[in-house]
Amino acid sequence: MLGFVARRLGLMVPTLFAISLVSFAIIQLPPGDYATTLVSQLEDNGQTVDTAQLEAIRERYGLDQPIVVQYWTWISNIVLHGDFGQSFQWNQPVAELLSSRLPLTIVLTLSTVLFTWIVAFPIGLYSAVRQYSWGDYVATTVGFLGLAIPNFLLALGLMYIALTVFDADVGGLFSAEYEEAPWSLARFADLLGHLWIPVIVLGTAGTAGLIRILRANLLDELHKPYVVAARSRGLSETRILFKYPLRVAVSPFLSTIGWVLPLLVSGEIVVSQVLSLPTTGPLLLRALRSQDMYLAGAIILLVSVLTVVGTLLSDILLARMDPRVRLGMR
Amino acid sequence: MTTTLLPEDAAPAPEPGPAPADRDRASQWRLVWWRFRGHKLAMAGLVVLSGFYLVALLASFLAPHSTSWFDEDYIYAPPQLPKLVDTSGDDWNWGLFVNGYTMEQDPETLELTHTTDPDTRIELGFFVRGESYSLLGLVDTNVHLFGPKDPDQPVYLLGADHRGRDLLSLIIHGTRVSMTIGLVGVLLAFVLGVVLGGISGYVGGKTDGLIQRVVEFFMSLPTLPLWLGLAAALPRDWGPLQRYFAITVILAIIAWTDLARVVRGRFLSLRTEQFVTAARLDGSTRRRVIFRHMLPSFTSHLVASLTLSIPAMILAETSLSFLGLGLQSPVISWGVLLEQAQNFRAMADAPWLLLPGAAVVLAVLSFNFVGDGLRDAADPYR
Amino acid sequence: MTDMEFTGSTLTAAGPAAPPLLELSGLRTEFATRDGLVRAVDGVDLRIPPGSTVCLVGESGCGKSVTARSILGLVDPPGRVSGGHIWWRPPGDGERVDLAGYGRTDPRFRQIRGQQISMIFQEPLAALSPMYTVGDQLGETLRLHRGLSKAEARDEAIALLRRVHIPRPEQRVDEYSFQLSGGMCQRVMIAVALSCEPALLIADEPTTALDVTIQARILDLIAELQADTGMSVLFITHDLGVVAEIADEVAVMYLGRVVEHGSTEQILTDPRHPYTHRLLRSVPRLGSGRQRVLPTVRGQVPHGARRPAGCSFHPRCDHAIAGVCGTVDPAALDGGDGHEVACLLYDDAHRPAGRTLPLTVVEPAPTPEPAATAVTADRPPLLDVRDLRMLFPVRHGMFGRTTGQVHAVDGVSLTVRPGETLGLVGESGCGKTTLGRCIVRAETPTSGQIQYRDGDGDPVDVTRLSGGALRRYQRDVRTVFQDPFSSLNPRMTLRQIIGDPLVTHGIARGSELTDRVADMLRRVGLSPDYLDRYPHAFSGGQRQRVNIARALILGPKLVVADEAVSALDVSVRAQILNLLRELQDEFQLTYVFISHDLSVVEALCDRVAVMYLGKIVELADTATLFTAPKHPYTEALLSAVPVPEPGRRTRRTRLSDDLPDPVNPPDGCWFHTRCPHAVAGRCDQPASPPALETVAAGHDVACLRHAELHLDGVRADRP
Repeated sequence: MLGFVARRLGLMVPTLFAISLVSFAIIQLPPGDYATTLVSQLEDNGQTVDTAQLEAIRERYGLDQPIVVQYWTWISNIVLHGDFGQSFQWNQPVAELLSSRLPLTIVLTLSTVLFTWIVAFPIGLYSAVRQYSWGDYVATTVGFLGLAIPNFLLALGLMYIALTVFDADVGGLFSAEYEEAPWSLARFADLLGHLWIPVIVLGTAGTAGLIRILRANLLDELHKPYVVAARSRGLSETRILFKYPLRVAVSPFLSTIGWVLPLLVSGEIVVSQVLSLPTTGPLLLRALRSQDMYLAGAIILLVSVLTVVGTLLSDILLARMDPRVRLGMR
Repeated sequence: MTTTLLPEDAAPAPEPGPAPADRDRASQWRLVWWRFRGHKLAMAGLVVLSGFYLVALLASFLAPHSTSWFDEDYIYAPPQLPKLVDTSGDDWNWGLFVNGYTMEQDPETLELTHTTDPDTRIELGFFVRGESYSLLGLVDTNVHLFGPKDPDQPVYLLGADHRGRDLLSLIIHGTRVSMTIGLVGVLLAFVLGVVLGGISGYVGGKTDGLIQRVVEFFMSLPTLPLWLGLAAALPRDWGPLQRYFAITVILAIIAWTDLARVVRGRFLSLRTEQFVTAARLDGSTRRRVIFRHMLPSFTSHLVASLTLSIPAMILAETSLSFLGLGLQSPVISWGVLLEQAQNFRAMADAPWLLLPGAAVVLAVLSFNFVGDGLRDAADPYR
Repeated sequence: MTDMEFTGSTLTAAGPAAPPLLELSGLRTEFATRDGLVRAVDGVDLRIPPGSTVCLVGESGCGKSVTARSILGLVDPPGRVSGGHIWWRPPGDGERVDLAGYGRTDPRFRQIRGQQISMIFQEPLAALSPMYTVGDQLGETLRLHRGLSKAEARDEAIALLRRVHIPRPEQRVDEYSFQLSGGMCQRVMIAVALSCEPALLIADEPTTALDVTIQARILDLIAELQADTGMSVLFITHDLGVVAEIADEVAVMYLGRVVEHGSTEQILTDPRHPYTHRLLRSVPRLGSGRQRVLPTVRGQVPHGARRPAGCSFHPRCDHAIAGVCGTVDPAALDGGDGHEVACLLYDDAHRPAGRTLPLTVVEPAPTPEPAATAVTADRPPLLDVRDLRMLFPVRHGMFGRTTGQVHAVDGVSLTVRPGETLGLVGESGCGKTTLGRCIVRAETPTSGQIQYRDGDGDPVDVTRLSGGALRRYQRDVRTVFQDPFSSLNPRMTLRQIIGDPLVTHGIARGSELTDRVADMLRRVGLSPDYLDRYPHAFSGGQRQRVNIARALILGPKLVVADEAVSALDVSVRAQILNLLRELQDEFQLTYVFISHDLSVVEALCDRVAVMYLGKIVELADTATLFTAPKHPYTEALLSAVPVPEPGRRTRRTRLSDDLPDPVNPPDGCWFHTRCPHAVAGRCDQPASPPALETVAAGHDVACLRHAELHLDGVRADRP
C-alpha cells in the first residue's frame, strides 16, 4: 500500500510538470500580451502610449524575455519560493489575491460535495431497491432534469424566483452590511443564509449524476450470486443490502473526490459570475479576458493540481475499500 | 447421411417478438431498432430531436423574422398570446390574432414599457409575405410559415429583447448553431477518439501505453478553465465561421478522451472474443478483421456513446457563449441569446429572456433519452 | 414385466419409513418474460427422507435449479412460486410448515435459511463476496444464527475450515475468495453451509465448474459430512456419473416436471421413462472403449414458453403412442416398488396392444471398435511437434511489471499421424488449450518446432511461417471452438460466417460460394434454408454444427477441436460426437481433440496425451492408457471420473486440490506434491522434472517410478 502511494506520487511529478507547461501555454496563447491590453485600455480612455513607454512596461513585467525564460522564472518562483508572481491588473501579488478568495471557494466546494453525497446517497439507494416504483420514477426524472439544466440557468432561475416570490436579492455570499465586516457569529449566519443557493446550483448536476451511477451500480450488484448466497444464509434484507452490494456500489462516491472537486471549481466559474460570488471563478474569468497571465496561470495550475491530487485520493480510498484493487488483482 | 445424424430439431429455436422467421433473418440494426422502439422516452426524444433538426433546416421559413430584423420601439415587449376568437366586441369574432401593445414612457428614465392591449387586434396568417430569404440555399422567396398579415404590425409571440428583436425568431435561428455545434464537435472527437483508441486497443503494448498516458493527461486537465483559456485565446478579429469551428475544436479536444477509452475498451474485449480469433484463423487480413469483424460489433455502442456526449457539448457551448467567450453576435445561438440574461435587472424585467434555456434543456434531455435508449439497445444479443 | 401393477401413486404414501423432511407437492414456479409466461417448474412432486441424498437430474432448462431455489424462496423477480406446497418438517418438534406460503423476504424464512436448510451453488467464486474475507463471511453466519462473539466466531470459522479439509486454515481465514482456487472456494461455501448443522443441504450443481479431480474430492467431502451429521442432501446435477456416486434416490426432471423417481439402483439399471432411458445411453461410459456410434436423444429440450401439449417429451420420444401422448397428460405411476414413472406407456388404459414393457432398445448396442487403426502407424506423421514452449509473462500490480513467467506449454514433443484422432487431456490450466492454439497458430510459440508434412511433400516448420505461407497452412489446419455462442459473430449470417474463409482465401464468391456453403450446411445436418439466418436463431448444438461447417469448408487435413462438446447437454453432445466421427470418415480428417472429459476422449480418440503443468506426462493409445496407465496422474484422473453405474463406487485415488503455483513449480517431479505414490527423497529432488520415456511401443511416460508401480486403469474393477 505504501509502495503504491509512493509510486503514484512519483508519477504525479511528470504529470504536474506537463500541466504547468499547458497552463503556461494557454495563458501565452492569445496574440499580444498584458502590455497590449493595457495600451488598448489606455487608448480607450483617450491617452496615447508611445513605444518607449510600451517597452518600459514590457521590461518591468519581464514580457520582453524569451518564452522559455518567462516560463522558467514563473515556475521556479512557484516551486522554490511559493511566489506566484504579480497580478498586472490588480497590482497585487497573486498569492495575496488568492488567499483572500480561496477559503470561501473551499467552503463552497466542500459544502457542495457534502450536499451532493447527503442527497444522492439515500435517493440512489431507494431508487435501486424500489426499482420502477413511483419514487424511482420521480428520482429518475429529477435526475435527468438535473443533468440537462445548465447550472447558470438554474442560478438565474433561482434568483428570479427569489426576487419575484421572496423579493430577496440572493447574489453574493454576504449581505452588504457583512461584506467587509470581521468574522462573527452573525456574519457566519449571514454566510449560511447565502450559501444554500450556490450549493444547490452547483450540486444539482453532480447529485443527478451520482444518483444515476449509484442506482445503476446497485442494480447490477443486487442480482449477483453472492447476494443470493447471502440470502440463503438467512441474513435480513437490510443487512444484505448494506453489507454486500452497497459496499461495491459505493465506489462512485469515492471517485467523486477525483472528479467532483475540479468539476465544482470549473462549474463555480460560471455560477459565481452569475451570482457574483467572491470566489476564484470570477477572478479567473477577468484574468483570462485581460491576459493577466500570472493570475490566470496560477488559478489554472491550482485547479489542475487539485484534479491530480483528487484522483490520487480517490484511488487510495478505492484501494482501501476494495481488496481486489489493494491486492493488485483483476 | 445415416440415420444417427439427426439435427436436434426440425427448425431453429424460434424466438419471440416480431414473426420468428423475420427475427432469425434480422440484421443487427433491425434488432437494435426493434429494441429501441420499445423504449418510450427514447422514442419521444427521437421525435423531439427530429423536430429540432427540421427547425434548423427550415429556420428562415419557420421564423417570422430574420436575425437582423429589429424594431427599437418594442424593446422588451412582453410575449403575446395567440388567440382564436375575439370576444371583445359584441359578436364572437373568429380568426387567429394577437393583441397589440400600448406604450408608456417613464418620464424620468425615458424607459419604454409595453403592455398588451386587449382592444387592438393584429391578424395572424399562415404563409404570409415578409422578408426575403433563400430557402435551403435553393429558392429565393419571401413566404414565411406564419406572421402578421400586415408585415408592419408588431408580433412578438415570445417577447422582444433589448434591441426589439423577436425572441421566437431568434430561438428558431439559434437552433442551427446550437444543434449543429454538438454534432460537429462530436464528429471531430469521434475521429480522434476512434483512431487513437482503435490503435491503442488493437496494437496494444507500448503504443497502447503511450496513448493511455496521453489520454490520462488530458483527463487530468480541468475542463472548463482549459476551455476558457483556449476560448479567450481566440483572436478577436476572427469571423463568425472561424470562431464556430474554433469552438467545436475546443469542445472536441476534451471529449475525445472518453471516446478513445470506450473504443479501446471495446477493442480489448473483442480481441479475446472467440469469433475474432476465428476470423483471423479464417485467413482474414488485419484490416478485414478490424473492419468486417470488430468494428460492426461495436458501432452500435459507439453511436450510443456519441449520442451521450453531444449534450455535454451543447451545454459547454451554451456556458462559453453565456460568459461571452464562445460565439458572439451576430452569430445567434441559444447560449448567445442567454448572454442577455446575465444582466440581472434585464432578466427581472423580461423573464422571457430565459426561454432559450428551455430549448437547451429540451434538446439536452432528448439527447440523453435517445442515448440511454441506444445504449440499452446497443447489444441486441444479450 | 407386464404383470407388474402400475398404480396412481399418492404422495402421502411415502413408504413405511419416517415422514419426509421435505415434501414438494405440485410446486409451480413461473417467470414472466418477454416471450410470455415460462413455467420453469410445473407441478413438481418430490420427497426427501431424513438422512438420505436425493439427486435431481436433467438437462439444462429442465427447472432443476429453479426447483431448488424455490424451496428457500430465492427466486428473484420476475420469477415467483405460483402454486403447490413446500412442506418442511423442522427437525425436533416435527410440526410441518409450508414454505410456499412465505414471501421472499418473510422474516420466518430467515430462521430456516442457513440454519435448518443450507445451500451451495454452482459458481463458488461468484457466491462469495470479494469485498470480505472468507472468515468474515463464515463468521457472519455463526454470529447470526449461533450467537457467537466475534472472537468465538473466528475460532469456530477456523475449526470449520479445518473440518472441510482446507490446508492452513489459520491463514486462509483471512484471505479473500479471489485468492483461492475454485475447489477451495467450494469448500468454504460448504463450511458456511454446515456452520449451523442444517438438517438439509441443497447443493446446486456444486461441482460442475470444477475439474474431475476436484469434483471427486468435493463429493467425498459431502458424503463424509453427511455421514457425520446425518443431514439430508438435495443434490442437483446433470451428470449421471455423479448420481451413481452419491445418490440414494434419483428424480429425473424434464421441462419442469419429475418424469421418473426411484432409487439410484432402479434408475440406473432399470430406467423406465423413455427419456431416462435415452439419457443414460447417450453418455459415453468410461471403460466402454472406443465407440463407433453413440446413441442419442433426438431433438433438444424446447424453450420453456413452448411446452408441447400432453406428455412434454413426446416429440422426442421413440416410443410415443400416436394420438395419445400428444394429448393426454401423464400422471406419476408407482410400480409398487417405490419406482414412479410419468409415462403413458405404463398406463394400462393407454398402452396399445402389442407394446410390451420394458422398453426395447431400438438401436444396436454401442459397438466397441478395435482401437488405434493400424494404417496410420507406418505413414510419416502429419504433424511433428518438437520441444514446443509457450511462455506468458505474469504481470503484477498497477504498473504491469513482469514478475514471472508461466510455462503454459513447456517442452512438449508429440506427433500427429494422418487419419488419427489424438486426444489431449488434463485439468484446467495444464496447457492443453495453449498447445492447440499453437498448432493452429492462433499463438506464436516462444520456441520449438512444429513440422507439418502435407502428403509426401517436405515438412515445413509452422512456427516460422508468416504471410501467404501461413495462410496456406491455416487452410489445411482448422479449428472448432469451445463456446458455441461467442465463436460465431452474431452480426453475420450463416452464409457470411461459413463463407468467409472462401472469400479470404479467394476460393469462391457469389453463387458458387452460396452453393458450397449450402452443401456444407447439408453435410453437417442443417437445412440450406438457414443460409440467411443469424446465429441468434440457433441452439447451442446447431451453432456447434455451424462451427464445424466453418472449419471444414476449406477442405482441411487437420482439425483441432478444443472442448468442442463441453458446453453441450449430454443428448446433444452425443449427436455432435457422432457427426465429428462421420465427417472424419467422409473427409479423411485428422483430429486433435482437446477435452477435460475422459469418457468422451475414450469414445472418440485413437491415442491420448495427458498433460500436467505444461508437460506431457503420459502418451499412449487409448486402450492402453485407459486400462494400463503408467503415470500416477493418469491413474488419478481416471479414477476421479464418476461412472453412471451403481456399485462402481470403489476406493479411489484422490488428488489434493492444492495445486502448485505454475510460476514457481516445485522441485523434482512437478506432480510429486499431489502424487499418492511419491517417495520423499526421490521424487522431490531438485533435479529437473523427469523426461518422457518410451516404456513400450507407442507408450511414453514421464515418471521416476514407472517401472516399479502397478497402477489401476478403468477396466481393472469391471466384472
